[in-house]
Order: sequence, then C-alpha cells, then structure tokens
Amino acid sequence: MIIAVSVLAGLGLVAGFGLALAARFFAVETDPRQEKVLDALPGANCGGCGFAGCSDFAAAVVKGLAPPNGCPVGGMETTFKIAEIMGMSADASAHVAKMALVLCQGTDDVAPVKFLYNGSATCASAAQLAGGQKLCSYGCLGFGDCQRACPFGAIEITEGGVARVIRQRCTGCGNCVEACPKNLIRLVPVTARVHILCSNKDKGAAARKACQVACIACRKCQKVAGEEHIEMDGFLARIKYDDPPSDPALAGECPTGAIRAISLDGSPIPIPATKEDAAASASGGGE
Amino acid sequence: MSYLVLVISALFVNNLVLVRFLGICPFLGVSKKLSTALGMSGAVLFVMGLASVVSWLVFHYLLKPFDLLFLQTLAFILIIAAMVQLVELALQKLSPTLHKTLGIFLPLITTNCAVLGVAMMNIQLEHSLLETLVFSVAGAGGFGLALILFSGIREVLDLADTPKVFRGTAIALVTAGILSLAFQGFSGLVKG
Repeated sequence: MIIAVSVLAGLGLVAGFGLALAARFFAVETDPRQEKVLDALPGANCGGCGFAGCSDFAAAVVKGLAPPNGCPVGGMETTFKIAEIMGMSADASAHVAKMALVLCQGTDDVAPVKFLYNGSATCASAAQLAGGQKLCSYGCLGFGDCQRACPFGAIEITEGGVARVIRQRCTGCGNCVEACPKNLIRLVPVTARVHILCSNKDKGAAARKACQVACIACRKCQKVAGEEHIEMDGFLARIKYDDPPSDPALAGECPTGAIRAISLDGSPIPIPATKEDAAASASGGGE
Repeated sequence: MSYLVLVISALFVNNLVLVRFLGICPFLGVSKKLSTALGMSGAVLFVMGLASVVSWLVFHYLLKPFDLLFLQTLAFILIIAAMVQLVELALQKLSPTLHKTLGIFLPLITTNCAVLGVAMMNIQLEHSLLETLVFSVAGAGGFGLALILFSGIREVLDLADTPKVFRGTAIALVTAGILSLAFQGFSGLVKG
C-alpha cells in the first residue's frame, strides 16, 4: 500500500519536475505587451484588420508591423488603449470610424426580375447565372451572403429582398464587402450624411427600366453639390467619400430617389432612425 | 520480417479505429476537413510513439519489480498527460507553426483512448521495447490512415445529395460503419 502510493506519487513528482524543467527549457519569450494589447482588443477575431484574428494582430502591433489604429472594430477607444500600451501617441484624427453601407435599394417592388432563379440560395451562385435573377445586373440579389459573412449579425435581408446594415451593430470590419459578389457594399465614413444608394452603371434609360430607384446619370446632384463632392463613374454618380457633401437636403434633389440622407453614427438628421422607418424608406418611399 | 508483419497488422488488420474501435471520438470529431485530420494524425503519431515507449519503460522497470501491476492504468494516464504537456511545450518553442496548426488538438490527445489502448496493448501482447516503438508508430499510422480516409469521404459526402434524415452525423456514422466493414476484410491477412 505504502509502496503503491509512493511509486505513484514519485511518478507524479518526476513528471511534474520534468514538466517544470521543460517549461523553463522550452520557454518562449513573448513580449508582455502582446498580452496587454490582446486584452485591449474586442476579441471578435473577425479579420477586419487583415490579420488572422486578434492575437495575430496583437503580435503584429508589438512587432511594429501594424498601426495601433489597425483594428476597425474597436474604434477610438481601443486605438487609445493600444497606443498607451505601446507608449505611442495616438493620432485621433487618423482614425475615421467607418461603417458598411449597401449601395442598392432595389427591392422586389421597384426592381423587377428577369427570370425565376431556383438554384442554390447564395448570391455567389445566383450571380454566376446570367448575372443573377434581377433585371438590374448590378443590384442586390438578396440571398444573404453578406449576412452570413458578418460576424456581428449586423446585416439583415429586408422583406423586399435587399440587404440592409443594422448600424447599431456594424463595426466596420469589412467582411461583408468581400462577400458580396456584386460589390455593393462599401465602407463609408460614419460622418458622411448623404449617400447614393445605387450601383447601376448603365445609361439612364436602361437603369430606370431595371430599377425605379436607380441613378439615371442626370448629374443634378453633381450640379447642386459640386464636382468636388460627387464624381461620375460611367453613368453612375458616386459620393467622393474623402470629401462628402455635407447638406442632407441634397437627397431631395434626386429625381429617382437614389440619394438618401442617412446618419450612420446616429446623430439626428431627418432620416429613418428606427427599423420600421428604414424599411419604409428602403422600399421606395420618400418622394 | 516479424516487424513488417507487426506494421501491416497495426495499419490494416488490427486498425485501432476501424477494427479495435479505439479513439472514436477524434475519429468523428476532427474528420470534417482533410487538413485538420492530417494535423491530428501527426500529433497522435508523435504522442503515441513517445508515450508508449515511456509507459513500457515504467511498466517493466517500475511497476513490475514492485509488483504494482494494478497501478498500470493510473500510471499510464499520468504518463500520457505529462507527455502531451511536454510535446506541447516543446512544439511551441521548436516549431511555432506546427503548434499553431495543431492548436486545440494537441491537448485533446490526452483524452484519446487509442493512446492509452496502444500502451496497454504493448504490455498485453508482451512486446519488446523495439516492438513497442514499431507497433505504436504503426498503430498511430493506422489511426491516421482511418482518419484521413474518413475525412476524404466526408468532404465528398458534404456535397452529395443525401436524404434529409441522414444528413450530418447520421450519414457519417453509417459511413464509418461501412469503412469498418471494409477493414474487417483484412482479417486473416496476419495472425495476431
């Protein structure tokens, strides 16, 4: 009995000491700051920073390979925390919070379909079949590839079959941007007040036929806001997000309703703040 | 020659997973993707080889002289757990890339009954030290073979038009059964 106990205890002791020695012998020296940086990060492991998860990003920051403001999810607060750990001064102005925005509002009632698609219910496979089921070959297909790509559950498919970003949940990680086969989603600065929610580059008549709320390239917005704020990309007006137009009233100028005044950071402007309002405006009202 | 027989026996005839039904948990758990199956097989190979040899030594030079054969299971589990920890520490230092690839599978080997099974079998079959090493490595090879074969099948199975009730684990279990049945066909190739 005593032998049994002592043998087992001895075995355990030997293993314990062996492991303790091994831990010293094989000790991997990590920068203590790495752990702290990792703690400061949101821990979503979304990959929005371009690294494989938060721990990879933390390692890169400590090695100086990534800037302290590299985490798009954590925002300013995280940036300041990391900068403090790293002993750097964070440039607050360098950090512009961004949010995903779906540049399409072609719901079922305004954008007709050209055929009934019966295949696999993903945007990626629908897009491969003659560009998707919608007459507008630029529009949202509504199968929710972006919804599935979002690690924060910040995208919903509205009843009209168009993806919509729930701004309260969006962190701007950009996973949805990659997921959309139609390249409809852009990361835009939250401070921008006016957005052109259309991606159709066809000529006016063709665009209008494909969708009632399409940009028809009348250039009225460009004339009102000025060329420094809005540029033409083929037959599509695009907001210059480096210097976006500031007056929300611009939305009223668009004859088709492709331009919307939207507050992404939640500050008050005459815009749908609640879900019901947003759904109503997304389905083509507001003329 | 006898070593060759031992290897073929451990690989095919007495395959740990498909014939002896050891290590079923990782067999079903980490066989969804070929890449993870490869990582798991590698880690098991390493731990099984090392743990079997050490437990053989402990059995023959510690337990047997003190007449403590009843401590076998307890002692072996202790050794396997310590070995897994050691391997994890060593890998972290020597090959961070491999350590990262194996990830959670490394500590999970502690609870892989195939490792304990092989250590016990070596004692039961009265293997010599060299035979123990060969048998353990070949046994781990057999585990890896089963895991990799199965993960390959499961990857294809995911794309197949399976009846709804069979989807997921159900069809995986059925497939495992058929695979096991196929491996029973090797019995008689080697005696023992």
